[in-house]
Amino acid sequence: MAKKRVVSIKLNGDPVEFLCEPRQTLLEVLRDTLDMTGTKEGCSNGNCGACTVLMDGRPVTSCLVLAVEAEGAEVRTVEGVACGSHLAPVQQAFLEGAALQCGICTPGFIMQTEALLTENPSPTEEQVRFYLAGNLCRCTGYDKIVRAVMCAADKRRAAMDD
Amino acid sequence: MRDFDYAVPSTLADALALMAGASVARPLAGGTDLIDHVRTGRLAPDLLVDIKKLPELNRLEASPSGLRLGASVPCWKVIASTEISRDYTALVDSCRIIGGIQIQNRASVGGNLCNSGPAADSIPSLIALGAQCVIASKDGTREVPAEAFCTGPGKNVLQPGELLVELKFPARAARSGSHYRRFIPRNEMDIAVVGVGASVTLDESGQRITDARITLGAVGPTPLLATDAAQALIGQAFDDDVIAKSVAAAKAIATPISDMRGTAEYRVHLVGVLLARVLKAAVARARGETFTYQPGH
Repeated sequence: MAKKRVVSIKLNGDPVEFLCEPRQTLLEVLRDTLDMTGTKEGCSNGNCGACTVLMDGRPVTSCLVLAVEAEGAEVRTVEGVACGSHLAPVQQAFLEGAALQCGICTPGFIMQTEALLTENPSPTEEQVRFYLAGNLCRCTGYDKIVRAVMCAADKRRAAMDD
Repeated sequence: MRDFDYAVPSTLADALALMAGASVARPLAGGTDLIDHVRTGRLAPDLLVDIKKLPELNRLEASPSGLRLGASVPCWKVIASTEISRDYTALVDSCRIIGGIQIQNRASVGGNLCNSGPAADSIPSLIALGAQCVIASKDGTREVPAEAFCTGPGKNVLQPGELLVELKFPARAARSGSHYRRFIPRNEMDIAVVGVGASVTLDESGQRITDARITLGAVGPTPLLATDAAQALIGQAFDDDVIAKSVAAAKAIATPISDMRGTAEYRVHLVGVLLARVLKAAVARARGETFTYQPGH
């Protein structure tokens, strides 16, 4: 078996070190080694976006990233979105807009939305739909998700104006 | 997933030594195809050589003599480059529709080429833009034109121990423009039923075509350089008659298969529809008009 590696990353702002095999994906290590089970496994081939995390600020499907490739990276997962016991505007908007049914796709959508609104604080509905094209909701609740993202954009802008 | 070793060399020489050493070594750039292929057993490497730390493969240099694009540069950097967006627009058209945002943040153009899918979205643009593929091994370097790189579905000219280092593009000619588009039955996140790329150059009047390259994707075992379709344009004033001649020549070399994404007859029809639209867009860009490709429109 290939030798295990020590990998150092910054996870939700905190330095973290873990031991992994080269064949383990970032998704596997997050869930099985680091007990960060907020990130979900869906298709495991990069199609569904359920495992989306931010790597150095950019959304990636963590099922297609080897954990060893994350060496030195800043990784942000859904566990790092809320501020203490206060939900982030994106989370609050999903909750208030009932933008989830079974909830498996939700952490991926939340991370993708975080990235979108950081890059583009005032997206049009069409821009939202294209940016979220890599996230699939098997319950097909897309309209509520898109409305929640538009609402989250408003909340974030309002929070910044305060 | 299959057990394999992993190395992340910092020099090209080290990477080439690793590629030459192991029984089955595979270069790892974005991994969006590779990791899936290892997981499903389609590929069985003993060693993955992470090429993302190699300076030569991270190159993105636009100069008056052309563009040098390292093989591991991810799509998002291509999209974000003002020089590529201005002068090599077909390549940006391609990168904006390869997978979703998450895939574009990892996947490289070099990887898309080396995966050598007949429907790969970047390859028709590479061929239309006249890219040369720089390939290195521990024994030396060679260059292959993009249209000669793929040899069959999933197959290409790379030999064991060889590594695609970079893609070199000629300088954009004055009054030239390029475009790539594909047909898919939805707006995003799908494999091209047909893809067409073209680059055209106009004379000083902006009416007559002096040079053209046309490429067809997903209508043969490899992306096809449509030489006759381009010849039909060269020296001619750009109008509907000349478009029709080019379309007829392009359709004549399309040899698609029928599968769940479309019948052969349908794909040949699409070649004509897409080529007419691609040529109009490329000519508009050559004339300095703004043409923004919005997938889904």
